[in-house]
Amino acid sequence: MPVSKTVGARIKRREDPRLIQGLAHYVDDIKLPNTLHVAILRSPYSHARIGAIDTDAAQNLPGVKAVVTGSDIKDTIGGIPCAATDPEGFPGIKVPHHPVLAIDKARFVGEPIAAVAATSAYIARDALDLIEVDYDPLDAVNSADAAFADGAPVLHEDWDDNMAFTWQIAGGDIDAAFAEADHIVSQRIEHQRLVPNPMETRGVLAEYMRGKDQLTIWSSTQIPHLLRTQLSIMLDMAENHVRVIAPEVGGGFGCKLNVYAEEALLGHMAKTLGQPVKWIEGRRENFLHTIHGRDQTGVVELAVKNDGAILGLKYAVTADVGAYYQLLTPAIPTLTGLMLCGSYTFQNVQMDLKAAFTNKMATDAYRGAGRPEATYLIERMIDIAAHDLGLDPLDVRRKNFIGTDAFPHETGTALAYDSGDYTAALDRAVEMADYDALRWQQAELRDQGRYLGIGFSTYVEICGMGPSAAMPAGGWESSTVRVDPTGKVTVLTGVSPHGQGQETTFAQLVADGLGVGLADIRIIHGDTDAVQYGIGTFGSRATAVGGTAMVHAMGKIKDKVIKIAAHLMESNPQDIVLEDDKYCVQGAPESGLTLAEIAQVAHVGVGLPPETEPGLAESHFFEPPNFTYPFGTHIAVVEVDADTGEVELQRYIAVDDCGNIINPLIVEGQVHGGIAQGVGQALYEEAIYDESGQMLTGSFMDYALPKAHNFPRFELGNTVTPSPVNPMGVKGVGEAGTIGSTPAIANAVIDALKPFGVRHIDLPLRPEKLWKLMQERNDDSL
Amino acid sequence: MYSSHKGGALVKIEVTINGEHQSHEVEPRMLLVHFLREVVGLTGTHVGCETSLCGACSVMLNGEAVKACTVLAVQAHGADITTIEGLAQNGELHPIQEGFWECHGLQCGFCTPGMIIAAHQLLERHPKPSEADIRRGIEGNLCRCTGYQHIVDAVQYAAAKMTA
Repeated sequence: MPVSKTVGARIKRREDPRLIQGLAHYVDDIKLPNTLHVAILRSPYSHARIGAIDTDAAQNLPGVKAVVTGSDIKDTIGGIPCAATDPEGFPGIKVPHHPVLAIDKARFVGEPIAAVAATSAYIARDALDLIEVDYDPLDAVNSADAAFADGAPVLHEDWDDNMAFTWQIAGGDIDAAFAEADHIVSQRIEHQRLVPNPMETRGVLAEYMRGKDQLTIWSSTQIPHLLRTQLSIMLDMAENHVRVIAPEVGGGFGCKLNVYAEEALLGHMAKTLGQPVKWIEGRRENFLHTIHGRDQTGVVELAVKNDGAILGLKYAVTADVGAYYQLLTPAIPTLTGLMLCGSYTFQNVQMDLKAAFTNKMATDAYRGAGRPEATYLIERMIDIAAHDLGLDPLDVRRKNFIGTDAFPHETGTALAYDSGDYTAALDRAVEMADYDALRWQQAELRDQGRYLGIGFSTYVEICGMGPSAAMPAGGWESSTVRVDPTGKVTVLTGVSPHGQGQETTFAQLVADGLGVGLADIRIIHGDTDAVQYGIGTFGSRATAVGGTAMVHAMGKIKDKVIKIAAHLMESNPQDIVLEDDKYCVQGAPESGLTLAEIAQVAHVGVGLPPETEPGLAESHFFEPPNFTYPFGTHIAVVEVDADTGEVELQRYIAVDDCGNIINPLIVEGQVHGGIAQGVGQALYEEAIYDESGQMLTGSFMDYALPKAHNFPRFELGNTVTPSPVNPMGVKGVGEAGTIGSTPAIANAVIDALKPFGVRHIDLPLRPEKLWKLMQERNDDSL
Repeated sequence: MYSSHKGGALVKIEVTINGEHQSHEVEPRMLLVHFLREVVGLTGTHVGCETSLCGACSVMLNGEAVKACTVLAVQAHGADITTIEGLAQNGELHPIQEGFWECHGLQCGFCTPGMIIAAHQLLERHPKPSEADIRRGIEGNLCRCTGYQHIVDAVQYAAAKMTA
């Protein structure tokens, strides 16, 4: 990027004034006259046949307008879609019909059974109590192991078993690698099930205008355009008669990258009832019926030489994907497979995946989406290998790093890492942490019976999703840049930010690129009637892909502006530059023209160069040639309390490289939040279903989200290795913190408990687990 | 609109909200947060969990920060309530709001109104809080986006400005 005024500056966000004053409009803040409120009856059983449903009493409750059951809509609303069921990718994949409301059988607690529309939310909820459903409970399948056991209850009776799909990836010569190894380091590793929990739950408002045959859906979604396409299919409506609006969206973390039952159901109800309908998800509903993340359990084998050189990795894993697929369910664990080589040179790799249907909510994309599993297992295995070989985990990492001169680097899984300098990030983090002093301090404290641990994670992740050929539903992104006659600039972007701050970062790019003030720029997103088709916000792609689309559209605008300016100034376009917000002959800004002056000419249409269209608006659809690969080193320092098992996170050092940075303030915020979520996985969070398939962690009382006092002040550093994949050299930073932090914390806690002979502990590392472990084994060094 | 078979007879309540006296008839079971959002029309106060665990619905009730999802509207009869909409005065942001903006103390913004109210209470009790005081002081409020560090910075910014 050229040196500029606002790009790279710590500019406070333009989104914030409305958000800090309570003036924003999330779905539930949008009020339409005559709106009916919808409540959903959900299955209390994880697995049950559904007999008669008696809705009479509910129908007769004053204020109730309609009660809808599965049999009412089975012929009018299509199934909930999954975009990742290509049998070429997943040979023999079973794709069960996924109804909007369950028919005949319920397959997880929280599955929608019926819906009530009433004049108030309170009445709608009252009416749920009056619906009587005959359930015939069946035995539940509550884990992948249980799903594959002999005689296991079968969820989907079109098939004989619960094997949802299998998938394999292999690169190099795995057998040769294992034959050549001095040691095979093996460990069973669990990636526990997590609940994304954005602070705003999901919600839908739907309005149908009969005269125009237009359905408008306001939904708390990350993908308004993809949702529109899918809703038009599910509701059998022409897509250009469906409008989806993602208003203010209160966080997503992947769980709103989806198409849910309620979105189609509310659309249908608005259409049939002739009144707007609104449904706002309760937190308990969110726990039960918004997608979950992770839930893989596998055995990892690492082939290593005595000096710590890694020759190859094998991963045999089962994924517990829940009862049905949501939009991307099967694709998520494949991302684990792609990233198994981490930041290391070894090329011999193999993953064999078996996915199980279980009586649980579907898994899908949760911040990191498959990559945290890869990073966690390779980073854990490096520490385990170091432990077994008696080496320093830091030295093992350095020994196996992909060299700085080796980029682009092709992995054993056929990815091409774009750019990197892994050693630089590691060196910076080690320096910030004062690593040698920490080890010295650790030894001193151990003599006192105190357990300090130091954990590393040297991650690389895959971002900027992504080339369309590698994506289930398009990986490009779009932008239109319009300049008004008065010189105000409007950007229509296909991405759908929901907390990431692109109304600010995109405006920074436009301010510098076109020479206008930030206040004169407006970024519009999330309305399919206003914005050209786009893909949305996920996979750390909004700036790397959506921003690039905008930069290209802006480039087209700039070319035209310069052409007009040159004509007006009787000069050559190649002599015109942008200087001090003026289009001028180099060195003479005082005689130049502003964007507003040129935009006026473009719109008046008089004085334009020959063969120049009037107006000033350009679009660009950007197809990224590759993913981007941010990386970094995280170091956690923890102390485990020998009396309570409690983990105190004392220091957290993160050196991240996300390429060039447009706004450091926003990047820091993304890293902080990402780290916090990864720490949540390492220390606190776990979605637990009991043997009968009841969720035991269905509220914030039982599912521990990290709080402010759980964290020290994060110590952030960064290195900058621009990406060659896009002209801005950016990589993406939305998921890095989450991917990097979980293994750093786990490695630190396990390092702390080394005197107890601990080699591995599965997450989350809650006090009870650690306390028991310390009670069972003595510290032999004391 | 909020009456039903379970709702019981409507009850008249009088409250002062952000300095404005208001009188409404509500169901006895109506929650304060729904009263503020649906009856009064102040939607800046959010519902995040309905179980008083996340703090997104925090408002000031007679000078105390409360979680409005577990207070009945009728309990607020005669009370003085301040919501997020009432903090800025004459177009000037409250120093806490300013701190959140300056320090990037928010991302998606959904927890922010409740977080600002919690910070308001904290700074009334501890005008010069330590970092640990702040982290403990906002432990009743969950944020999933920020990792809290910039929120701590925002409260420190406000504390400095309010005690200057």
